[in-house]
Amino acid sequence: MDCTGLCEVLTQGGTDPGLAQFLSILIGVVLVVSVPLVTVIFLIWIERKIAARIQDRIGPNRVGPFGLVQTFADLIKLLIKEDITPASADRLLYNAAPILSLAAVALIWAVVPFTPYHFGVDLEIGALYFVAVASLGTLAIMTAGWASNNKYALLGAFRVVALLVSYEIPLVFALLVPVMLAGSMSMFDIVNAQAGMWFVFMAPLAMLLFFISSQAETGRAPFDLIEAESELVAGFNIEYSGMKFGMFFAAEFLHVFTNGVLITVLFLGGWYFPGWQMPLIAFMWLGLKAFIPYFISLWIRNTVPRLRIDQVMRFNWFFLVPLSIVNVLVLAFLVMILKEIGWVPVDETGAMALADATFIELLPMTIVLFISNVLICLPIINRLRRTGSDDRVADEQRAQHAIAHAAGD
Amino acid sequence: MDVLNEWAFIGVFLVLSPILPILPIGAAWLLRPKRANVLKSQTYECGVETVGDTWVQFRVQYYIYGLIFLVFDVEMVLLFPWAVAYHKLDFFAFAAGLLFIFLLTDALIYAWRKGVLVWR
Repeated sequence: MDCTGLCEVLTQGGTDPGLAQFLSILIGVVLVVSVPLVTVIFLIWIERKIAARIQDRIGPNRVGPFGLVQTFADLIKLLIKEDITPASADRLLYNAAPILSLAAVALIWAVVPFTPYHFGVDLEIGALYFVAVASLGTLAIMTAGWASNNKYALLGAFRVVALLVSYEIPLVFALLVPVMLAGSMSMFDIVNAQAGMWFVFMAPLAMLLFFISSQAETGRAPFDLIEAESELVAGFNIEYSGMKFGMFFAAEFLHVFTNGVLITVLFLGGWYFPGWQMPLIAFMWLGLKAFIPYFISLWIRNTVPRLRIDQVMRFNWFFLVPLSIVNVLVLAFLVMILKEIGWVPVDETGAMALADATFIELLPMTIVLFISNVLICLPIINRLRRTGSDDRVADEQRAQHAIAHAAGD
Repeated sequence: MDVLNEWAFIGVFLVLSPILPILPIGAAWLLRPKRANVLKSQTYECGVETVGDTWVQFRVQYYIYGLIFLVFDVEMVLLFPWAVAYHKLDFFAFAAGLLFIFLLTDALIYAWRKGVLVWR
């Protein structure tokens, strides 16, 4: 193991090298863990404010300036609330689920590249690590629903199996696209490959697929079947109270923003911004750009009604999954052809290298890929519209039939 | 940072990240009132005693979705190395990858034609 940076400083200060190494790692981890911890406190306030504005309300405004301290007040309230474990629940799993839920989201932050300098960790298999850790959250929700020993919670757990698990497929397929373009699974390499051109312009469809399926992964409207308040009361978290309930919500709030950060890293160029040359405060751009998908996600959550389970499953299996496969195939094929023509920037060995290419060099390739994405989208949107109108007509006919039937009796 | 160092970081992260939720839950455990009684710890369903067993068998349909997911997920993990090497692949290696994706599509078409993807 090499010893650089903080570790080196500590060793020179007379600390044992092994201890210095451990301390430097520990300090790094504490720094990275504290980022989501601090973020989530303000995210809750931001989300409540945005939701309030969309619903024509004012939102929290009593505690502190603009209600900024509201979250702390809520935290204190949750701390002194009685916490009930149902007598019939599986105690171990019941108590482990909220811990796993928040820990799974926090774990994703280990591979988020905040700045070009090492802050966090540059795993060679960062993208795969994200997939692995993201499924832990699904597992936590399933555990919560099953261990509560409550029929509503169990229905929620059933739906987790169907919904969250299904939507992971388009998510991972969309994730393949930036990995292919960057030629690496490391999050740092993926951001570096977007120095000339952000991947959103080369693969807008992949970003859209990633966005939709990550919205489903958080279990938010229109995919909030797992906690559907009006039918399952609160779904998987019905039995939870006090701080454990709070942990599920903190995990959900944080997950939405984490998805925004990941979309920024994978598609919106991470810390890059045109005409900006100061990488030290680059995380500012990462944060600002992450708010774009975050805001759209909240917007959708607060405006779109909940879908039925059969609609959600049909949307995934007959639309998102085939589309994500086609997207990968078309992109792989086009880039191969473009490389033959010579429109793709290559290094001396003839391999595709986007990291060192300039905006102008990448432009022809980007235009072709963008047009291909639009061309894939057109018939699909048409088909979606037709399916939707067919369904609506069928529903209306059924309703009219029922009314006529009731009147005839 | 070399590889071992990176995974040491992830290891410490794995240990520390559960502490993030354990701290507030622990604090709540110290501060909260503990006045449990039999009625409070009943299952929260309808206000009356629950009827029947909750831990029943899942419907077989969920297993089928789970199985299809497993097929896709395993194949996708195998696709990632291909995606990483994609930028320097020659045509035959590229075509092999495409063949693999077609096999995956074949599984999807099979499940589609079988009608197991429709929610019932």
